[in-house]
Amino acid sequence: MKTIEVKKPSGYFTQIGPAHPALKEPVMFNLDVEGERIIKADFAPGMSHRGIEWMGLRRNCIQVIYLAERICGICGITHSISFVRAVEQIAQIQVPVRAHYIRSIVGELERIHSHLLWAGVAAHELGFDSAFYLAWRVRENVMDLVEYLTGNRVHYAMIQIGGVRRDITREQFPRIEESMKFFDNAYDQLARVFLDDTTVQMRCRDCGVLTYEEARQLCPVGPTARASGIKKDVRVDHPYAGYADLDIEYMTPDRLTGEVRGDVYDRIVVRLLEVKQSIALVRQLLEQMPDGPLLAIPKPAVLLAKLKGAAGEAVGRHEAPRGEVMHYVRLEAGKDEPVSWKVKASSYSNYLSWIPMMEGEQIADIPIIAASIDPCISCTDRVALVQDGNRRVLTKAELHRLSVEKTRRIQASLSAR
Amino acid sequence: MKLLTPQEIADTLQAAAGAGFISARCTEWAEGAKGRKSRQVWLHITREALLPTLRRLADIHYPHVSVIAHADTGAQVDLMYHFYIYWGIPREEILVTLTISLDKSDLRTPTITGIIPGALTSEREKQEMLGIEVVDIPDGRRLFLPEDFPEGVYPWRKDETGIPPDMVKELWATGRDSLQLDDTPPAPTPEPPTA
Repeated sequence: MKTIEVKKPSGYFTQIGPAHPALKEPVMFNLDVEGERIIKADFAPGMSHRGIEWMGLRRNCIQVIYLAERICGICGITHSISFVRAVEQIAQIQVPVRAHYIRSIVGELERIHSHLLWAGVAAHELGFDSAFYLAWRVRENVMDLVEYLTGNRVHYAMIQIGGVRRDITREQFPRIEESMKFFDNAYDQLARVFLDDTTVQMRCRDCGVLTYEEARQLCPVGPTARASGIKKDVRVDHPYAGYADLDIEYMTPDRLTGEVRGDVYDRIVVRLLEVKQSIALVRQLLEQMPDGPLLAIPKPAVLLAKLKGAAGEAVGRHEAPRGEVMHYVRLEAGKDEPVSWKVKASSYSNYLSWIPMMEGEQIADIPIIAASIDPCISCTDRVALVQDGNRRVLTKAELHRLSVEKTRRIQASLSAR
Repeated sequence: MKLLTPQEIADTLQAAAGAGFISARCTEWAEGAKGRKSRQVWLHITREALLPTLRRLADIHYPHVSVIAHADTGAQVDLMYHFYIYWGIPREEILVTLTISLDKSDLRTPTITGIIPGALTSEREKQEMLGIEVVDIPDGRRLFLPEDFPEGVYPWRKDETGIPPDMVKELWATGRDSLQLDDTPPAPTPEPPTA
């Protein structure tokens, strides 16, 4: 009789994503697991590529601002401010000081709304849906304020090369202060709900740890780096916009808890501290904002002519809610379009940190660890093109047909009742 | 720690690059009412000088790698390695950019992940997007491009290996016809008449 040798696998390979209820945007995790424990983690981004840099090389610099703004729906000002700062350095355009302040004010309001959005998502991942509703209800206040100031909830269209497109007038200050008072109170409530809750502490303390040394070597940015004790913040390190005039501190978790553990809990602490910091910064910026023009070169045609003559390379940066965003731009004289444009989104730098965070943790911790770096997949995936005529990539027409079929099926079952 | 000025950094790195040094410049840019300046050091070196120069930079202060930017200049591909040093000291951070130019006939560059492991994302991206071979890269798989993306097409190149016109989807040109609404199944119940 022939004996069959049965090999018992010691572990299993499991995939989470690319589209999964635990993940807000498409990214795939490939995990080697033993029981509930993750032995080895790997990730595959790239599911939402749009080819934005490629498109940008076929447009003039003013058109690229609008394209850059659409890289991400949450960071409405981040990419446009980074791009125009690079172009301004190449063309040596001196932005009026008032415009610098307005840029920073909108940047801070964006940070408040992004961190509150994240707090809601994190609470939802933990199954703490009352906190999710609380965070998102509070967030509506800043969304209303942003709409009041810029005309839009997202894609503010405030930034122009050489300044800003809309003013923040003295008549609007009381409305801003009203919101800041609201957030002073909301901060206390949110801090109590998120930081003192036993369940949140049990789920997040010592979970998904990124040590200082790992963070130093893997080069994450923003709250992900600061929660591990890395003092890195573009607003502090690199004087720019209205931030250059303020004395800003690095927000590390030890300011509140007295220690740095680099876990998910610390990442919550850092983001909450930054909401408080942003409230203070908005007040300081409003107080110190000087009068003056909004644009260095108000006429777009004159601006385009100047940019056509500009040549050189520069780097524009901004501290987005998730960390440093950096745009490299190279212009050549006689060309309307940039000859090179490289966008580095904040999550691009943070992806590698997922691996040490996930390894050794349980499968059930994946959603909160994945969410803890506040990944912005659409920011990072923007480079390639979806290939047509491929069975594995559904075309728009096919997707549309499938969607219509499903609607028809539902309609049929409804009418059969 | 004694902080070096941008010029001192440029001089130190020039010495480390030795014969591989091509050019260097220091730039400054001020924003805000107080005119506080941010500072940049730009160094153009050869591929062979990349690792010794970077090691010297890491001796000054452990660099944070931001990204490796690129430019297709025709016969060559420029790679700009952007590092920050003196991060963590308010307003003292300096951007150090090491530029190398690679001939398209020999698109190879050494990996820097031995010095800064965080550069892996950017190096994998350079391989798939520009067709550059990063020698000794610890993980050479594709990152952003799907596995079934055609070989030999590099989206960021501006020559014949770039995106061919038939791969470009002009969404603005997508009329309703291209949605092929005619092959969608008919509605099971007639649409209600509009009043």
